[in-house]
Amino acid sequence: MSQADLTMGGHSAGVMEQPAFSVPAKKMAMWLFIIADTATFAACLVAYGFIRNASPNWPRPFHSITNVAIMTFILLTSSLTMLFAIDASKAGDKARAFRWTMITAAGGILFALLHIREWFALMGEGMTLLKNPWGTGLFGAAFFSITGLHLLHVSGGVVALVAVGLRYQGGRYNSDDLEITGLYWHFVDLVWMFVVPLVYLLNLSH
Amino acid sequence: MTMAQEHRSSTGKYVVVYVCILVIAALQFVVAYSAISGPQMFTRMLILAIVEAALAVLFFMHLWVESRGLLWFVVIFTVFVLLAMQYGWTDSFRLVGGAPWAK
Repeated sequence: MSQADLTMGGHSAGVMEQPAFSVPAKKMAMWLFIIADTATFAACLVAYGFIRNASPNWPRPFHSITNVAIMTFILLTSSLTMLFAIDASKAGDKARAFRWTMITAAGGILFALLHIREWFALMGEGMTLLKNPWGTGLFGAAFFSITGLHLLHVSGGVVALVAVGLRYQGGRYNSDDLEITGLYWHFVDLVWMFVVPLVYLLNLSH
Repeated sequence: MTMAQEHRSSTGKYVVVYVCILVIAALQFVVAYSAISGPQMFTRMLILAIVEAALAVLFFMHLWVESRGLLWFVVIFTVFVLLAMQYGWTDSFRLVGGAPWAK
């Protein structure tokens, strides 16, 4: 019996075993990461809901929906451009795939800039992590931690898109790698679908 | 179906799903300005967000065309964790109401 057989528990057939759910290992790893990250964001949003529910003087600082509506539109559209990139890469059109990937990354950068501008506007009104002029000080901590965690994911996604896009164009990565990066980008978009109603729309001052 | 036809049909499908998601997102903004109670607003927004997320997971993330095993694996594990997190709500209501345990 060879060393390989011993490592596989004596089953030589194990070497040829199919991947779990017939999904390639890298894609499976991304799905596992997404499941774990879903739990992270869900824990943040549940904790946010818990303190919001338990605080009688919860602030409602958002006067307008314009900024968050534009941010939502940009992020949703960047998901579509990512799909175009994956489609082009599957069709073997490398230049078009790279172009759409960079457009997606540009959407992410624009989203991040609008988000940072919004943060500065709130800080200009006197909001910090521990206090704000409208109500319980916990709002700042909850708002900055949830949106900050999301912004961190967007920033990481932009870096990943540029890095994978460049390597794809250089021939080191293939369309599968672009698709896996796309999975992450759609997940970032998906999280925003819950952040918008819970953190912004339920806290409008009208 | 040729590769070009296949490409056109998947692009069309993506655009349709994208428009559906945009419409649902817009509905959330409409709900935010409707004259309903807080709990009603929360429920409606959450339902819309779940539908929006389901469309994104199934069609943008292609879970619909992956193996059924992966679909059930993702759904069962994620939903279980999300439901398990909901056990603390009664304590949240107790904090704001102070009853009956705080009396």
